[in-house]
Amino acid sequence: MPYTPELKELIKRVEATRAERVERKKRGEEVPFLSLDERKERLNFHPDFKEEGRRPLQVGPSKGYAIAHEIADVLEATSRVAPDKIDLSTPAYSTDVLIIGGGGAGTSAALLAQEHGAKVIMATKLRHGDANTMMAEGGIQAASKGDKDSPYFHYLDVMGGGHFTNVPELAETLVKNAPDAIRWLEHHGVNFTKDADGRLATIHGGGTSRKRMHYAADITGAEIMRTIRDEARNRAADIQVLEFSPAVELVLNEHGHCAGAVLYNMETEEYFLVKAKTVILATGGCGRLHIQGFMTTNHYGATADGIVLGYRAGVPVAFLHTVQYHPTGVVFPEQAEGILITEKFRGAGANLVNVEGNQFVNEREPRDVEAASIIKECVHDGKGVPTPTGRLGVWLDSPMIEMLEGEGTVRREFPGKYILFKRYDIDITKEPMLIYPTLHYQNGGLDFQPNGATCVPGLYVAGEVGGGIHGANRLMGNSLLDIIVFGRIAGASAAEFAKNAFKDGALHLDHVVAYNKEVVASGSADGRVSPMLIPMYTDERVRERQLTAHYVGNVR
Amino acid sequence: MATTTAPEVKAETIPIYIMGKRYDVPDTLTIMKALEYAGYQYIRGCGCRGGVCGACATVYRKAGDYKIRTGLACQTVVEPEMYLTQIPFYPANRASYDFESLEPTPESIYKLYPELFRCVACNACSKVCPMDVEVLDYISALKRGDIKAAAEISFDCIQCGLCASRCMGEMAQYHIAQLARRLNGGKLTPKAQHLQEICAKIEEGAFDGTLTELKGLDKDALKKLYTEREMEPAMAHDSWKPKSSVGLA
Repeated sequence: MPYTPELKELIKRVEATRAERVERKKRGEEVPFLSLDERKERLNFHPDFKEEGRRPLQVGPSKGYAIAHEIADVLEATSRVAPDKIDLSTPAYSTDVLIIGGGGAGTSAALLAQEHGAKVIMATKLRHGDANTMMAEGGIQAASKGDKDSPYFHYLDVMGGGHFTNVPELAETLVKNAPDAIRWLEHHGVNFTKDADGRLATIHGGGTSRKRMHYAADITGAEIMRTIRDEARNRAADIQVLEFSPAVELVLNEHGHCAGAVLYNMETEEYFLVKAKTVILATGGCGRLHIQGFMTTNHYGATADGIVLGYRAGVPVAFLHTVQYHPTGVVFPEQAEGILITEKFRGAGANLVNVEGNQFVNEREPRDVEAASIIKECVHDGKGVPTPTGRLGVWLDSPMIEMLEGEGTVRREFPGKYILFKRYDIDITKEPMLIYPTLHYQNGGLDFQPNGATCVPGLYVAGEVGGGIHGANRLMGNSLLDIIVFGRIAGASAAEFAKNAFKDGALHLDHVVAYNKEVVASGSADGRVSPMLIPMYTDERVRERQLTAHYVGNVR
Repeated sequence: MATTTAPEVKAETIPIYIMGKRYDVPDTLTIMKALEYAGYQYIRGCGCRGGVCGACATVYRKAGDYKIRTGLACQTVVEPEMYLTQIPFYPANRASYDFESLEPTPESIYKLYPELFRCVACNACSKVCPMDVEVLDYISALKRGDIKAAAEISFDCIQCGLCASRCMGEMAQYHIAQLARRLNGGKLTPKAQHLQEICAKIEEGAFDGTLTELKGLDKDALKKLYTEREMEPAMAHDSWKPKSSVGLA
């Protein structure tokens, strides 16, 4: 639906200040960036800092650590299926490397594991490629231009964005391998935006000191995902993909090695065993847990399954008390709620503007600072723009980009978003977008090493499921980078482990039995089971009438 | 464990027909949310919920209208008297190839996908595309041998498969387009020289010293360097150079 007459009236205030804002931008006059102290103060408005939003975990290796209730809910839960019911004597599949998750990290890992001689099975809950990677828009960071940038500056930016809490070795691994990750993607045929000589186009993102955001129009993640997925399909003889088959437990063996997983066929409702010499968790994040009731940019399957599996097997969690709210999610029209508006709009110069038509923050602050500023403006300062359904938002002034970079720029650089809004009769080359922070990324996750290893031998992690690289806050463009860099590393490490370090032995689920006991003893589970697998969106009134339906967690 | 964030629905309800069966749903919902409102739980046919993954391709007609319409269930708002079905999967032929050795020529594509020439230019593919990709145009570009044009025209493709479902020539256009884009991005477009250069320097260990130094700094020293780092101005040209060469190779 197009903007209502009331909203159109408010847009006039944005238009009234636009010419002057554009002129200021052209003169290089920016709203000053907040100092480190001012950032700290501003973050008090961030949802992470709400004490009532979290609670200490009562079970598991990170017992006592306070994290969001919604994540605690899936960790303080028993297994979906009683461990003694699973037949561990007859695996349905055996392989060298089992990868759980079919997004960008899992697929990169599959390609590298295969190149290191491993047979791979990739199990994914939805289809291969249905993942947050596909939805990433803005770009991928790397210090690719040596005359003005380097891993040194990239490192500083990563650490500053994460409030200097990041694990230094992980941040170093990320920035040092970044240019090679871009080269690898270029080699496999990703169509990055380039000039005629092949020089990569790069722009700023929030918190970058140098323009190092590479992109493929505004569907960078989709372009990367479909390209590497295509390559994985070329290697189908060695990389077998099991779709609609999420893992519900990791399996260990008598030597304490992770040696497979119990999968669940979502369509036939069977549980079955995959035996492996090593396992990589690449299950992504948790947006569909709707932390603190926030809308989310995440795909349907982002329910923190990997965190649950790894935690039950004994891997502690780190940085999970911080969750990223992307500053700019669609808040109007209602039908598109939560959908990501890439940070690239702000990188290209679009201001954030309040109900009065005034700027209230520099548009290139790190994400948590930017999101906190928007929440403060709307909720605390009363300067939000009201939507017809009673939500609040602020304007993202996309038409500015046309004035700064020339007519036609928005359509050329943001075709995906142009089409999205056109469907609702909103022309973003002429009208601003109404946005509000939306749950976007799990900054933290399972504790792991720069080579992808966890404290459980044979268990590796890659991508959003791991925690530490980004500290307390990830910068734009470092997630696509993370999944490629650490996906490739985990794939290679796991294949080497399978070749050289794996010890075969009797399989067991003792850790699940023990965990279930601990959960029950703590009284924290309240009948919950996990992993969640899919969110619950069936209307409550329908569920009340489903008198013979049987739900295990959210799955019917 | 309800995780819905849907606001209390106060909108008007309208009749829609899911695979021919009537349900009354609020008129503000997308097709996807309408199915969930009606009581369906998605396993297939739902992916990103943001219009880019191609999982929820939907075909519908309006009562009394012969026209076939399409949309993505997660993006399309319901309309009264809509008769719809989702097509979560459609069989498609995909050629397997060794990308390393494949020549970036039209002939490579013709060999892998000879069915390309079964196209009768009926344009059903373009008409059915929920992303408004001019499918026929890129197929025609490939028949002319223009891989670059095909890569560009097909760029917004989300590989939902609706084009393949309607093709009289029975080809899977979107797989052919994927091959064209990879050949374009990986072999026809010039490689980024600056990328090769910095990768070589990293491999030589040019940054090992400075990074080790940075890792060893305490928080305050790191904060100082961070605060003082020179910022590339927003409107600076790509040829901008920092004043200091500290940290560069």
